[in-house]
Amino acid sequence: MSQSTVKDLIASFTLKELFAGLGVTLKYLFKPKITIRYPEERTPLSPRFRGEHALRRYDNGQERCIACKLCEAVCPAQAIFIEIDPKSQGQQRKTKVYDIDNSKCIFCGFCQEACPVDAIVMSQNFEFYAETREGLLSDKARLLGNGDKWKSQLDANLAADAKYR
Amino acid sequence: MNDILRVVHELGGGLFGFVWPGVWTVVKIAILLGIVMFCVTYLTLAERKIIGWMQIRMGPNRVGPLGLLQPLADAVKLFFKETLIPSKSEKLVFILAPALTFIPALLGWAVIPFSPELVLADINVGVLYVLAISSMGAYGILMSGWASNARYSFLGSVRSASQMISYEVSMGFTIIPVVMLAGSLNLKEIVLSQTDLWNVVPLFPMFFIYFISVVAETNRAPFDLPEAESELVSGFNTEYSAMTFGMFFMGEYANMILVSTMGSILFLGGWLPPLPFLSFIPGIFWLALKTGFLLFVFLWIRATFPRYRYDQLMRLGWKVFLPFSLLWIFLTGAALHLLGKA
Amino acid sequence: MMASVASLVQSFAFYLFAGMAVLGAVLVVAARNPVHSVLSLVLTFFSTAGLFVLLGAEFMAAVLVMVYMGAVAMLFLFVVMLLDVDFDTLRQGAADHLPMGLAVGFAILVELVVIMAGIHPGEGAAHAAAVPVSNTMAIGKVLYTQYLYPFEAASLILLVAMIGAIGLTQRVRRDIRRQKVCEQIARRRDEAVELKEVAPGQGA
Repeated sequence: MSQSTVKDLIASFTLKELFAGLGVTLKYLFKPKITIRYPEERTPLSPRFRGEHALRRYDNGQERCIACKLCEAVCPAQAIFIEIDPKSQGQQRKTKVYDIDNSKCIFCGFCQEACPVDAIVMSQNFEFYAETREGLLSDKARLLGNGDKWKSQLDANLAADAKYR
Repeated sequence: MNDILRVVHELGGGLFGFVWPGVWTVVKIAILLGIVMFCVTYLTLAERKIIGWMQIRMGPNRVGPLGLLQPLADAVKLFFKETLIPSKSEKLVFILAPALTFIPALLGWAVIPFSPELVLADINVGVLYVLAISSMGAYGILMSGWASNARYSFLGSVRSASQMISYEVSMGFTIIPVVMLAGSLNLKEIVLSQTDLWNVVPLFPMFFIYFISVVAETNRAPFDLPEAESELVSGFNTEYSAMTFGMFFMGEYANMILVSTMGSILFLGGWLPPLPFLSFIPGIFWLALKTGFLLFVFLWIRATFPRYRYDQLMRLGWKVFLPFSLLWIFLTGAALHLLGKA
Repeated sequence: MMASVASLVQSFAFYLFAGMAVLGAVLVVAARNPVHSVLSLVLTFFSTAGLFVLLGAEFMAAVLVMVYMGAVAMLFLFVVMLLDVDFDTLRQGAADHLPMGLAVGFAILVELVVIMAGIHPGEGAAHAAAVPVSNTMAIGKVLYTQYLYPFEAASLILLVAMIGAIGLTQRVRRDIRRQKVCEQIARRRDEAVELKEVAPGQGA
């Protein structure tokens, strides 16, 4: 019987490996817990986080969106519907209807990247819900409202991400 | 304490007359069962908490402060769910099975001595009684699997029954050296025989085998093959819901507490303090401490080890534990003979 | 007063257990489903254990429950559950076997009566009361002194029967590869794994 066989025999009869395993779990018992208690505690969100959509305005209050329909074209889920306001012309071209169907949206962020004027952006709000199908449809007023509501946050996010674009 | 008891006896004797001894027994049983059920509910919470901590999570912490009311919420949920009975099942056996798993787990408590005075039924064959009662538990599980009339349930129950039979043998053989040392089958005398030296010291391999066997006997991880959620979709209790499931669940935990208490009585000196000068602390505290430690080990190994394969489980029981404990019985007898104690 | 209550409880328990034992025994024969038969048999065993407790033979009761309920009836149940036998066809000839069954039953009854007639209840109880040891110890003493040779012979016969049963049913299959657990456990990393240094672009 070689020396290593004896060593193996002793190891298996003293349950060496089992105790090693128990030691690991016992060590973890006393480690600080990594749980985030969500509604009270939150993880930090990246400036690139893709949450609910928002439409931005210029500082003078004018809508940024020029109804170019690039976002509508790029949207892989076809969740965006845009109608141009026929009364607006040239520099003043605007949308009449700008709807996003949140039940279709896959939050890929392509619309935000396609937008030449940084009008449609994705906010950091992920806590929106609806009890009816209609509640998931965002119209232009709601999107603009989102933009107004989170203006400072959206500006900061864009500024933080600007150097990587 | 004795004064209070005397007052209770006088009051009860006045109220119930000659049936008072019977009423008093019922009251004692009710108190014992109340405590056991309380421990069962909080063992479920302790399990979720401790395993959570070992996985650096927090465990339930929403219902009540630190999640302490979680068992209550679970109980309410189980009570108000619908009891589904599969239409192709064997109705009577299906309903009877959970009760037959749950009741033996409670019956065993009758002979457990909590301290020299505190024991419900101080019978001469306490050890055999507990072994006999625990062998009844397998019936409920076997019946549940057959009555469910479902493949997974049946596989789970067959596994469970053969596992329980196999490990009962090695569990019985680990208890024999203890009985040889004590010279009695009475649990109280077994504890008293350990006054000088706990059995865990001279019989430490038996203690390990006893513990591993009871883990298998109670169908707990890493030997939880009967319910093996990854292969048998929770085995024998697949078809059970609401309180019928709850009874299996409570039976499992009551069994865990019972075998842990038995382990501390047989090997860890029961109510005896670890050092003689600590005897001013009541014995029931020491018993609770030892039982609690064994229960912690139950949860600890569940958090640590992956599940055994079925053939390995059988090999371990029959080809490792059985010969080894037989050898140890022989050694114990030889040692007792050489020391002139028997 | 106390004594009468105690005896009342005792006789109640006796009739309860005795009734359950008889009921179980009847159901074993009468039940249509074989699994129900085995479960009734378990009920009979359990009730009989209760009767043993009433007689003060708690060792016998515990052993009865452990051996008959824990092992024997469990194996019956296994076999009956796993066998897919149509018991209705088996039962069809039952009427033909009735005379034979009745004859055997009657023979057992006569034997029981003869044995019971030879027992005088008072004697045994007085004898038991005279011995101050528990019945577990009394059984042990008798088994290992007076009846040592019959006891050892019985256990030897059982051992032979066990080995015989294993030998008869064991099937050694040479066409399959069996697991060699010891070799697997004893295997070491350096015996099983070889690390090769493969130069970039040279791998197969």
